[in-house]
Amino acid sequence: MTHRILGEYVETVPNGEYLKMRFSPSSIPLQQRWRNNGLSADFLSDYWVTFFPAHDIESQQRQIEVKGAICYIANELLENVMKFSYAGIDCPVNLELYLYQSEFRFYASNAVARKEVEAFQATIQELLSEDLAELYMRRLEDNALAQDGRSRLGLLTMLHDYGAQLAWKFEPCPQHPGVLVVTTMVRLVV
Amino acid sequence: MHEITGDRYRVTYNPQTATLTCTGILRLRDVQAYGSLNTLFDRAVAAEHEVVTLDVRELDFLNSSGINVLFQFVIKLRDRAVSQLVVRGTSRAFWQTRTLRNMRRLMPGLQLDLE
Repeated sequence: MTHRILGEYVETVPNGEYLKMRFSPSSIPLQQRWRNNGLSADFLSDYWVTFFPAHDIESQQRQIEVKGAICYIANELLENVMKFSYAGIDCPVNLELYLYQSEFRFYASNAVARKEVEAFQATIQELLSEDLAELYMRRLEDNALAQDGRSRLGLLTMLHDYGAQLAWKFEPCPQHPGVLVVTTMVRLVV
Repeated sequence: MHEITGDRYRVTYNPQTATLTCTGILRLRDVQAYGSLNTLFDRAVAAEHEVVTLDVRELDFLNSSGINVLFQFVIKLRDRAVSQLVVRGTSRAFWQTRTLRNMRRLMPGLQLDLE
């Protein structure tokens, strides 16, 4: 179990404004809290759009874009950390959202099961190295054949549709050194 | 008229007008949770209309599992090669501006109308 960085990962800088959410996936069943992902994403987008006042048509459009992008990315990150958080230990999941001058930076972290790490890192390498437009179409066609209940579109749509930059950090969980925590970083220039 | 409603969303299929309409916010958990919607979409594919309209103008939000459902519908129509598809959307919902354009690459003859 070692540290590993994939992509151009940038650590948080504790200045400016940020919001942090912390959840314990084991406190209530996932299905019961699923609706909260959307509520949290709505809150984050409503909150941050305040920093982009609308005074003409152009700035109104910018508000729509900022709100829409934050809501989509936050919701997908929350859905992922809830879905893929390792259930073997009670490790909280976090979502942090920072505003730095001209970019938002999301940090979503959760424990990941040891047996899932290799496959997840292979998926990440695919996202970082392949042509996104081709990968997008191939994944849709593959989904039509696979019918396994997974869309595998969340991270890919952030990259392809929203022009976000993604990177990942794997590190041992401080409380459970045998378990890895993965942090997904999403940079969104606005 | 066939209809499915849930927490903050409504999806209808009108065989007379060959129109599927999605409204509200769709953030279901995974592809299985979208099963009933898939079934409704499959009806529209199987009916082999000359032109099918997918109206998402009032669909304010769609998560990635839902995006997959819409795109799988496009693939099924394309592969059956009987129906033309018209997609009606709006630039007021940002996800539509970013995502719907990808449908044209899956099905080049698709007509995309963004208000």
